[in-house]
Amino acid sequence: MATPLTDPRAARDAVLARVRSALKLTGDRGAARAAAEAYLAARAQGPRPRIDGDLTERFVLRAGHMASTVERLADRSAVPQAVARYLDALQLPPALAAQQSRAGVCWPEFAALDWAGAGLAIEARPTQGDDRLGITGCYCAIAETGTLVVLSGPDTPTATTLLPDTHIAVLAPDRIVAGMEDAFALIRRERGAVPRAINMISGPSRTGDIEQTIVLGAHGPFRVHILLVG
Amino acid sequence: MQVSSMKFKATAHVKLHDARLQENLAKLKPKFVNARRNSLSEVDDFEATRAAGKAIRDRALDNLDVWLEIFERNAAARGATVLFAENPADVNALVLEIAARHAVRKIVKVKSMVSEESALDHAIEAAGLQVVETDLGEYILQINDYEAPSHIVGPVLHKSKDEVADLFAKAHGTPRKTGVEELCREARQVLRQHYLTADMGVSGGNFFVAETGSVVLVTNEGNATLSTTLPKVHVAISGIEKIVPTLEDVATLMRLLPRSATGQSISNYVDIYTGPKGEGEHHGAEHMYFIVVDSGRTGILGSEVREALRCIRCGACMNHCPVYQNVGGHSYGWVYPGPIGSILTPMYVGLEQAQELPAASTLCNQCGVVCPVMIPLPDLQRKLREQAFSRGLRPWYERAALKAWSFVALRPGLYALATRIGVRVMKLVAGRDGRIHRLPIGAGWTDGRDLAAPAGRTFRELYRARGAR
Ligand code: SF4
Repeated sequence: MATPLTDPRAARDAVLARVRSALKLTGDRGAARAAAEAYLAARAQGPRPRIDGDLTERFVLRAGHMASTVERLADRSAVPQAVARYLDALQLPPALAAQQSRAGVCWPEFAALDWAGAGLAIEARPTQGDDRLGITGCYCAIAETGTLVVLSGPDTPTATTLLPDTHIAVLAPDRIVAGMEDAFALIRRERGAVPRAINMISGPSRTGDIEQTIVLGAHGPFRVHILLVG
Repeated sequence: MQVSSMKFKATAHVKLHDARLQENLAKLKPKFVNARRNSLSEVDDFEATRAAGKAIRDRALDNLDVWLEIFERNAAARGATVLFAENPADVNALVLEIAARHAVRKIVKVKSMVSEESALDHAIEAAGLQVVETDLGEYILQINDYEAPSHIVGPVLHKSKDEVADLFAKAHGTPRKTGVEELCREARQVLRQHYLTADMGVSGGNFFVAETGSVVLVTNEGNATLSTTLPKVHVAISGIEKIVPTLEDVATLMRLLPRSATGQSISNYVDIYTGPKGEGEHHGAEHMYFIVVDSGRTGILGSEVREALRCIRCGACMNHCPVYQNVGGHSYGWVYPGPIGSILTPMYVGLEQAQELPAASTLCNQCGVVCPVMIPLPDLQRKLREQAFSRGLRPWYERAALKAWSFVALRPGLYALATRIGVRVMKLVAGRDGRIHRLPIGAGWTDGRDLAAPAGRTFRELYRARGAR
């Protein structure tokens, strides 16, 4: 570690003291601390929209609203062929034709699939930034909003969802939960602590900054395709 | 950022006659306003959700010291460094110190209003480092010599694509593009290189989560995700008021924020970052810093406009404001425009420098009705108007007029007489079409429109006549 930062303690104490004086709080804050800890432990939820019917159906509907596309597959071995079909079916203007490239990267969990058999050149490595196609899994998904939830980790390089022109995500229907609260509960239950990054992705990267005209592929993928497997 | 809020009237006057701006502003209504309304029905009980959002923000503010301590403890436990900034200068100094510590040369930046308060980009450049804004709108402003943003969600709402096309051709040295899509693709290519070569990402923070010591970043472009995932250092800067207790609270607020901002049910990228990257991870920052900023927030916390600190920066209040819709964001003269800006600006830069802002409101309460965290914006504007009056900041003629009016209003007989004369004179002046085209002491009003003349008798006269019938 290099240079220490200038006296971070003094600014901290000054700000906290000003907060207390602004709130006219003096003396022991023990009761307030206990109340805060109790609130954290209670994990109270706000009002939630009712989600009728099947979570998968709702997920597919909402993912579509966010401009993701979804295809259902019977099992994992069908993934490479489905990816190839998806790429072939893309109708891109000549300026974007390079995006139809059959080369790309995937997360290690998909390394053993028969990519070559489907005419694809997929390497199981984290993306470096110039890959056209990124194939990932996801931790779970949220039916309410059609959202993919990706958690960071050694085997789940998060930028692979983001840097390639096309992001294809493989999702198991039994990992679809109703709302964001349920995704957080699942993370706490299965992982204990939150990972470095929770990336909640709902469709391709978009911007409306110029004349409020929506354009896809602002910085991240131009398209997100979800393969529901199982 | 330079404050020019005292020039509100003059700037607003110019903006009202800016045809291009008026055309762009006219699109606000069909886009943002209608999209918001249509998205509300998806949440079964939007009003109950608003109430819950308000409660979450109030809970944090009521014991802010405790929540800040919990946030600090949990963030530190995950290996992040939590720093506090007392004022804008501290923010800039801390960012530069962190940059020096990690030998940073290039910084990619995610839109952050807090960093606009301290003009962080200028400080970074003055220190000889490179900074690139990555939000498309902010990038456009940056290459236009740091033009000021005019909206907190759509910073270049005031610009047409032709203006952007000229700017890109000049800044990138490329043939001029004409379509919005081509322009976006060109920006994508330029910015992609910066993401891949930057040493540090600087972001704001939509929320700081006390429970986990995390920052929540919300974007549609994905630029926050790239800026905080690829460089080796991530610095998240936000105000002390941005604390929320739990992840459940984030879930509730995320039902409100995107709907209120753009009418989306969810933003495309919602990221929650906690600490530096772990063992074996390929992507992610190796060093994570939080800068928690006061810069006048404790002043608001202890004031009668405390409720303004609940703000989650959705922009709905300005989208729905008849004044904003006509004069645009630049007239407000500082970082935050619209109704929320009319509270925050005077509180941060001093009422004497911005007293025109709370006055520039019809108090119609459209903003208060749409605010997702139920900030009573017109009430707060009224409180600041009172302060401006009682501190003697209003001009002498306004104070004299109010004094004269209160003298008369407290004497019912005199009031009846004065109004009886007044309405008759006005009717006479108006002539046949019943409209007054010029008021000698109210030219500010009649320059832009006619004043409908009174009917010739006062309300009390009419009422009495009606009762007699
Ligand atoms: S004051 Fe309310 S409506 Fe305005 S930006 Fe803040 S949260 Fe949104």
